[in-house]
Amino acid sequence: MVKYLLKRIGYIILSLFLIVTVTFILMKAAPGGPFASERALTPAIEAQMNEAYGFNDPIHEQYFTYLINAFTFDFGPSFKYVGQEVTEIIGRSFPYSLILGLEAIFIAISFGVLLGVLAAVQHNKFGDYMAMVIAVLGISVPSFIMAAVLQYIFAIYLQVLPIARFESFAHTILPAIALATTPLAFIARLMRSSMIDVLNRDYIKTAKSKGLSERVVTYKHALRNAILPVVSYLGPLVVTILTGSFVIEKIFGIPGLGSEFVVSVTNRDYTVIMGTTVFFSVLLLFSILIVDLLYGLIDPRIKVTSKEGDK
Amino acid sequence: MEHRQLKKIDFEPLQLKQSEAEKIVGESTSYWKDAWRRFRKNKLAFLGIVIILLLGIMAIIGGPISGQNYYENRLLEANQPPSAEHWFGTDNLGRDVFARTWYGAQISLFIGLMAALIDLVIGVIWGAVAGFFGGKVDEILMRIADVLYGVPYLLVVILLLVVLPQNLWTLIIAMTITGWINMARIVRGQVIQLRSEEFVMASRSLGASNGRLLVRHLIPNTLGPILVTLTLTIPSAIFTESFLSFLGIGVQAPLASWGTMSSDALPALQYYPNQLFFPAVFICITMLAFNVVGDGMRDALDPNER
Amino acid sequence: MSKLLEVKNLSVSFDTYGAEVKAVRDVSFQLNKKETLAIVGESGSGKSVTAQSVMRLVPTPPGKFVGGEIRYNEENLLQKTEKQMESIRGKEISMIFQDPMTSLNPTMTIGKQIAEGLIKHQNMSKKEAHLRGIQLLKLVGIPTPEVRIKQYPHQYSGGMRQRAMIAIALSCNPKILIADEPTTALDVTIQAQILELMRQIQEETGTAIILITHDLGVVANTASRVAVMYGGKIVETGTVDEIFYEPKHPYTWGLLGSMPKLDTEQEELQVIPGSPPDLAEPPKGCPFVARCPYAMNVCSDYMPAYTSVSSTHEAACWLIDARAPKVDIPESAIVEGKDIYVI
Repeated sequence: MVKYLLKRIGYIILSLFLIVTVTFILMKAAPGGPFASERALTPAIEAQMNEAYGFNDPIHEQYFTYLINAFTFDFGPSFKYVGQEVTEIIGRSFPYSLILGLEAIFIAISFGVLLGVLAAVQHNKFGDYMAMVIAVLGISVPSFIMAAVLQYIFAIYLQVLPIARFESFAHTILPAIALATTPLAFIARLMRSSMIDVLNRDYIKTAKSKGLSERVVTYKHALRNAILPVVSYLGPLVVTILTGSFVIEKIFGIPGLGSEFVVSVTNRDYTVIMGTTVFFSVLLLFSILIVDLLYGLIDPRIKVTSKEGDK
Repeated sequence: MEHRQLKKIDFEPLQLKQSEAEKIVGESTSYWKDAWRRFRKNKLAFLGIVIILLLGIMAIIGGPISGQNYYENRLLEANQPPSAEHWFGTDNLGRDVFARTWYGAQISLFIGLMAALIDLVIGVIWGAVAGFFGGKVDEILMRIADVLYGVPYLLVVILLLVVLPQNLWTLIIAMTITGWINMARIVRGQVIQLRSEEFVMASRSLGASNGRLLVRHLIPNTLGPILVTLTLTIPSAIFTESFLSFLGIGVQAPLASWGTMSSDALPALQYYPNQLFFPAVFICITMLAFNVVGDGMRDALDPNER
Repeated sequence: MSKLLEVKNLSVSFDTYGAEVKAVRDVSFQLNKKETLAIVGESGSGKSVTAQSVMRLVPTPPGKFVGGEIRYNEENLLQKTEKQMESIRGKEISMIFQDPMTSLNPTMTIGKQIAEGLIKHQNMSKKEAHLRGIQLLKLVGIPTPEVRIKQYPHQYSGGMRQRAMIAIALSCNPKILIADEPTTALDVTIQAQILELMRQIQEETGTAIILITHDLGVVANTASRVAVMYGGKIVETGTVDEIFYEPKHPYTWGLLGSMPKLDTEQEELQVIPGSPPDLAEPPKGCPFVARCPYAMNVCSDYMPAYTSVSSTHEAACWLIDARAPKVDIPESAIVEGKDIYVI
């Protein structure tokens, strides 16, 4: 177990190193210096700032400084918000995104699995068709359209939920639903096909032949096996939620990490871009690790422990 | 058992047995014919194709038939509801929403198709080469694909858009830089499976060259999964384009796209929901149509479904 | 001989692609206490559907029971509700399946899979069920059952999984055990062990067995009576001796001819040319007519009636009719005592 973990963490560090390096190269290749836009700077001041940010050093020295800083998670100050450290910006905005993201993941998984199971149990009947219509719609409606539609219906027309910002639980409902729509639909389809497949397996017949009720067969025998593909989808799910947050946080005026990232991109605020990118990557790589460990817990055939059952 | 009086002739040996035996075997149809028959049965997928064709036609003739253009600002006519003159109304700068919608359709469909085509070309070549040669080549090519695949797609696209000059082609290139991997994996899997099959061995033993094998045997046989992936790539490319445009880092003004139109309409949602309505509905219809067609093709082309 | 189960005129169909596949047509047989009945036929003959019908495990839809009855304990199982069936499955009648690799739940320990039935039908506590599970595993010949019971199916070999399946099926002392091709997916040496185990268990517990197989070799040493199925119909039934030594139906001859024998000089096995009939449009006469080398005009129009050859032996073939030309059993189908393929 420990050996496995160490190996996985080793890979994660390697991937991170690659990502950090590529981000550095990209940012160096970017057109125009960080101070090129907006404020007109006198050449003297620009030279001074370049000096201050170490941009006059040879490129490899800049790279090493950057590497060391990246691994201590120090990306220096923001170019645009004077006096604000990148780490501070991330620390301030991430909690919003985290809450929203967890809510969305919860909605996507619970309703997605439910919808998929209902469809599979009702295979080729009305419930199945309804669930799949909902799922195809969910996949076809982009999250930002969903967000606008939700805002219009619940905040403007019905006025039951706040339209934007992040002040209470009620504020998080609409953005979390909007964020969850696409992955929910995807999970529902995944769950349905997996469940249909599992329900036709021989061991389901065995379970039935023991005289177990339909309910026990479906939920105790089928569900646990059918949910495996959904578990392996959790990694991509985190990615979808994360990138979805870029646009959802913008629409709902939530000061989360997603909107900080988008703002930094439009502002070409390079240190923030690099900081958030590395942060996102760490987040993703570790959630994938957690998903793999979780998979090992659910499926006894995949043991992450090195202890093998005797033959 | 009740039956007519049996005669002597009834106990003579049965003739014409051969044809009788033949008849038992079901009518055999070719793979593509069979797939087409199943696809046609899927009314939803068929409707999807009709919608895609209509959208394509409207994207071309939509602007001209309205007699309006998509870029001219007429602030005096801003935020109008649909009327005889402006069929879908006007936006906050007085631009004709109908003309913009169809111009946006051009952009979205163009980007969707181009991105899918580039994915197709790179993916098929990459996957076919990896699968066909196997060994070290396969190892290296697929390792590269794995590394690229591990990085979140939209994050890469956004980072590239920061670095590259912003125009339509940049957008397409950024979108295809990791988009082809899925195609490459599918093609590789199919090729490896097919490579071991007998007809390939047969051609090989007859002296067919590798290049000939790829073109004549493997690619036609992997066409089914490729077509399905291609169809499902288009809506995801259209989604990415509208997503980026919505964020303001995709298609830039004065070009119109459904994403920028939605983004422009959002602040005035409370007062002029119609401005959001049209681009939103068309994004959804387009994605829905492509998704339904892709699903229909998968059901039709997947022999396991039979 | 007392009747335990009686299947009368059972017909089962499946709705697929607009066509109605008549998988089982007018099948009747009975199972007596403590005996082993083998149902033999090639794939697609309807034998598995018949077996699953007894358990009411045929998925409906697409399947449907068109007619007939399945009588157990003076009751028609086809008229029972799903809830009533639950108390019969596993308790009165249980079943083991062809492929032990796929018929055990991969995410549940063997112990839990055995315990489920015990807890449901015998109101055992988890602990009691666990102890009984260990006994059962010992009974089916699994070494160190205390360890094995906590393991998952993937830690078992194929033969052991089938033993575990048998343990599950026997857990509640059922009156009837249906074994659907229990040895087909196993190595030949393991096959023999599993058959031996089943025979031994039958001696100890007196459970009646319905053995579904396509392999007459399996039948010889295991069954007491045989029903031969073809094209959704039973074409011949009889005791093992009657089927092996006095077969009446050309299809049975074909089956016997295609069975490997020990001491004949014949190098090649006989095959039955052609393929089974399309059950979406079954022939109106005898199902075997298209492949039968002795087919007569009458065969394609009328289904032959079941004709008794002895009190235990009947066959449905026009050749038995007095008006039919006399046909001798082909040499390839002649089985002598020592010929029987012993495994």
